[in-house]
Amino acid sequence: MMWLLKPETIPEKFLVMFLAIALFALVMALVLAVVDRPRLPKWIPVTGYLGPAVILIVFGLLWPGILTIRNSFYDRLGQQFVGVDNYVIIFTDQGFLQVLLNTFWWVLLVPSVATALGLIYAVLVDRTRFEKLAKTLIFLPMAISMVGASIIWKFVYEYRDPGVRGTRPQVGLLNQIVVWMGGTPQQWLINPPMNTFMLIIVMIWIQAGFAMTVLSAAIKAIPDETIEAAKVDGATGLRLFWWVTVPSVRPAIIVVLTTIAMGTLKAFDVVKTMTGGNFGTSVIANEFYTQSFGRQGENIGNALAVLLFVIVLPIIIYNLRQMRISEGER
Amino acid sequence: MSEETRVMTVRKLTRKEQRQVDAKTRLSSPAASAVAIVVAILWTTPTAGLLITSFRQQIDITKSGWWTAFATPDFTLDNYAEALDTHNLAMSFINSFVITIPAVIIPIILALLAAYAFAWIDFKGRNFLFAFVFALQVVPIQVTLVPLLTQYTQWGLQNTLWTLWLSHTIFGLPLAIYLLHNFMKEIPRSLIEAARVDGAGHVRVFFQVLLPLLVPAIASFAIFQFLWVWNDLLVALTFAASEDAPITRVINEMVGSFGSKWYLLSAGAFISMAVPVIVFLSLQRYFVRGLLAGGVKG
Repeated sequence: MMWLLKPETIPEKFLVMFLAIALFALVMALVLAVVDRPRLPKWIPVTGYLGPAVILIVFGLLWPGILTIRNSFYDRLGQQFVGVDNYVIIFTDQGFLQVLLNTFWWVLLVPSVATALGLIYAVLVDRTRFEKLAKTLIFLPMAISMVGASIIWKFVYEYRDPGVRGTRPQVGLLNQIVVWMGGTPQQWLINPPMNTFMLIIVMIWIQAGFAMTVLSAAIKAIPDETIEAAKVDGATGLRLFWWVTVPSVRPAIIVVLTTIAMGTLKAFDVVKTMTGGNFGTSVIANEFYTQSFGRQGENIGNALAVLLFVIVLPIIIYNLRQMRISEGER
Repeated sequence: MSEETRVMTVRKLTRKEQRQVDAKTRLSSPAASAVAIVVAILWTTPTAGLLITSFRQQIDITKSGWWTAFATPDFTLDNYAEALDTHNLAMSFINSFVITIPAVIIPIILALLAAYAFAWIDFKGRNFLFAFVFALQVVPIQVTLVPLLTQYTQWGLQNTLWTLWLSHTIFGLPLAIYLLHNFMKEIPRSLIEAARVDGAGHVRVFFQVLLPLLVPAIASFAIFQFLWVWNDLLVALTFAASEDAPITRVINEMVGSFGSKWYLLSAGAFISMAVPVIVFLSLQRYFVRGLLAGGVKG
């Protein structure tokens, strides 16, 4: 039976995959067969339909969440209660303070710049002939993995030592542009604090498409009469944008900002792939991974995960309230 | 709004009229179009650069930038062949499918059942339970990883594909239930009641009445979950054995081991991106729909 747990060849893997799906379908069919009979008390079908999902959510989200919060107050083995020591380390250690500062820059810059770019772009291409293509181009980075995006940008930032005579050609686009403009090539990913901002650009590149798509839909939902009325009053161009378009899509802007902020806080892929968190570029999500799975010693990983949760929470609550407001307006 | 203008806006415009209206209402001018084109080029160039690089000869990549490639065109597929042979990339490509397919199907089925109960069965505590499921969307998966890994190890399941399927299913469920519930709610109650009057039980109502109407909603979630699982790095790093690692993780490892071997990295990156890009382009409509319905995952 070992191969059920550890399939090795490709046919074995696919076989186990189909078995898993079939097994699951069988269990669900059995549940349905049991609960779907006339004249059963209502709680039986309800349990049958909801039970599996609720059990999984409790097992995989709620319970581990509670455990992690508890463990963040204990030592690494989970036996010695240490109070808030783990948190104190995060807020006093020089390295961790750097991590917090970097996270602050990420959460400040990625949502604001991506949303601004997305909004401007959505307005610029709105109802033009090439709208669909133009939007797909910006949106495409959302489809690929952040690992893939990181490789694309690592190549843009690639640095080659120009050599003694300074004639060795650059293969990274950014450094080549610097050379064309008469500057000296830089190690974009190694020199702090610049490297953090170079990573932030990658995340903006990924998220702007999301902002553009949501905001574009919001712009299209502005009633024609609103625009017409503003035009009758003489608003055009920039003034129309600033006094009519922006206020009309304000709820959508806030939803986009908060959504990107949450995504940015939780994502570690860009940092992990491009610098591994070295050279002073780490953020909370990346440091969580390093501390939890990468090294022994203090029990900081749990505390970082909880910290992430605590930072994300108010953003989410605000986001949900805005979503409800904008739904009410619709 | 006067009666007259309302009639005008309701009447279907001819194409010519529509174009005139469009030309008037949009902000654009040649300058605006120029800005849009510059941004589009800026956004596309990094990807284009790596794509061109992936088809260049290994020696050329180290000697000159990709922007010189068209002066002396000499393209090849060798990088792709070699990348597939390196670091088990071909196997990891298969692994990505093996991990992703059940991780998309299973949460959809579970969520369909749960969403059905939430939307169409009246029971005590329904609102509370729905709020509970919805609220758990907010838990960052980082918070769950270490306890889950400990639990899997106790069960002797660590480093198996089963833990990946289970974890991705759990992480996808709250969003799936929420999205499908929202779509299900919009189906008119009369349709369901008519079927019930005809004597249909829950299962028949579900398969005959609801399922056909839910296809677009299911497609939206499916594409979300597909992209999320395929592109995931964190869950793969935490739970997968190295022989089951999906392609994102292998590419991430390749950056560490051959940071400057761009002929391998560029080809490998595009092998990993091909599938999500194809899925995305062919189902973009549904993706956008899910996005606008509040499809944001924790």
